[in-house]
Amino acid sequence: MSKQPVAVVGVGQTKHVAARQDVSIAGLVREAAVRALADAELGWADIDAVVIGKAPDFFEGVMMPELYLAEALGAVGKPMLRVHTAGSVGGSTALVAANLVAAGVHGTVLTVAFEKQSESNAMWGLSLPIPFQQPLTAGAGGFFAPHVRAYMRRTGAPDTVGSLVAFKDRRNALKNPYAHLHEHDLTLERVQSSPMLWDPIRYSETCPSSDGACALVLTGARGAARAPRPPAWVHGGAMRSEPTIFAGKDYVSPQAGRDCAADVYRQAGVTDPRRQLDVVEMYVPFSWYEPMWLENLGFADQGEGWKLVEAGVTELDGDLPVNPSGGVLSSNPIGASGMIRFAEAALQVRGLAGEHQIDGARRALGHAYGGGAQFFSMWLVGSDRPGS
Amino acid sequence: MTTAAELLAGIPELAGAEPVTRVTIPARLEYTYSPGSAQARFLTALPEKRLLAERCPQCTRVYVPPRGACPTCGIATPEQLELPHTGTVTTFCIVNIAAKGLDVEVPYCYAYVLLDGAHVGLHARIGDTPYADVRIGQRVEAVWDDRRLGPSLASISHFRPTGEPDADPESYRRWM
Repeated sequence: MSKQPVAVVGVGQTKHVAARQDVSIAGLVREAAVRALADAELGWADIDAVVIGKAPDFFEGVMMPELYLAEALGAVGKPMLRVHTAGSVGGSTALVAANLVAAGVHGTVLTVAFEKQSESNAMWGLSLPIPFQQPLTAGAGGFFAPHVRAYMRRTGAPDTVGSLVAFKDRRNALKNPYAHLHEHDLTLERVQSSPMLWDPIRYSETCPSSDGACALVLTGARGAARAPRPPAWVHGGAMRSEPTIFAGKDYVSPQAGRDCAADVYRQAGVTDPRRQLDVVEMYVPFSWYEPMWLENLGFADQGEGWKLVEAGVTELDGDLPVNPSGGVLSSNPIGASGMIRFAEAALQVRGLAGEHQIDGARRALGHAYGGGAQFFSMWLVGSDRPGS
Repeated sequence: MTTAAELLAGIPELAGAEPVTRVTIPARLEYTYSPGSAQARFLTALPEKRLLAERCPQCTRVYVPPRGACPTCGIATPEQLELPHTGTVTTFCIVNIAAKGLDVEVPYCYAYVLLDGAHVGLHARIGDTPYADVRIGQRVEAVWDDRRLGPSLASISHFRPTGEPDADPESYRRWM
């Protein structure tokens, strides 16, 4: 049996903020879900199954939160399942939902991802002593900073590249009403003089801690035909994993990331991603990961990613805009961050991205990674139905 | 929609009470970790200031700490060997902010040290040198903490520069 085409017909997200004290976790996810349903002009009865994802339970300390979220997400009497792949989970969750539609298992699926970082301490949750290692890992920043240094050393990139990315993403966020950080007064000089947290990563080159949720409504060709607004079509989607530690692991450009991108491009018939893609929503929690992923995802040759950043290629008006939404650097509800990348890619090809819309965007990549740069999930969405 | 404050206002006994929007509920987790035979051998050698590793019979990569199996080849790694206490810094960062519950004074230098003969880096602190002098390729040696010798990597206090010339980048390029 051939795969059914999959369309994104509803996108919803919350306004990402440091602390949503007015809602519970259930209220937060429901808000995103209601907005996605409203975008699709569908009701709860139109949903056949719910797929939910979030980062480790340890963050908020709520074990298996999906159990208590079933009724808030209208899942009573329907299949509901939870996906878990660390920081990439928002992307993986959307892909599991898309696969259910592609396989013909369900007609219309609601998928949701969230994090309520104000009720958690992610840095503590990520710094637990690991048996047989010295307890030195200080949060995600502490884990990734050595790999950023390795990238700088390997490529000879100037120290300023990270600040250019951070400044770009924070300015892009000013055009996105859902972004957490709206730093109107930020200047490049302020980014460059912000405190060094995990040398070589500075405060302003680091993602915030956010409360937020994102939801998507996915459906097949018939659902897309009935949708009130243009759908985004899924042209390719893939996940890859590799161990946290193994001899020969390339932390700067992990093999699993390269393989995942190659699989997605093959499915979508993309042979030259730099030319054939109009916009990228990339998972960049620390600014230096933009040039690193530009290489990993095949947009630049090895060692050349930082040159695209310096040349302004990834700016809103560049020929390959990266993170027009402001990206993870401007909003980071961890479990939702990957799905927000997927959602923003969909909004771009639907022409519904608002002030940060890239004119005429027809093909977009949504990307997420997680764990010790070991889980990858990506999808490529287009404004045309695949094969048309 | 009815707000929490409006709901409270309808109950005379609670008139004027602040609505509860958040409570902190402490949770506690303790693990009993079973290291398995490979890591148990590694741990019991530490009080004797010995660093035990294992070599994969197929890809010949040397793992420290050993895991009893090769994550790439998926086979048992029965061959044990002892590694020297010297190695090369393959990358590092300087941590300037303290993580809650972490028993290290900031700032500290968190590095990957590739022990001579190993193919994966050991996570270690670099000390006895100004942090501005720490660099990729620097040669370092283990400093054992005689007061904390036990079946734990806390037996190694930190690594310090040996003063040798930096390692040839080709010697560690693939194992960063």
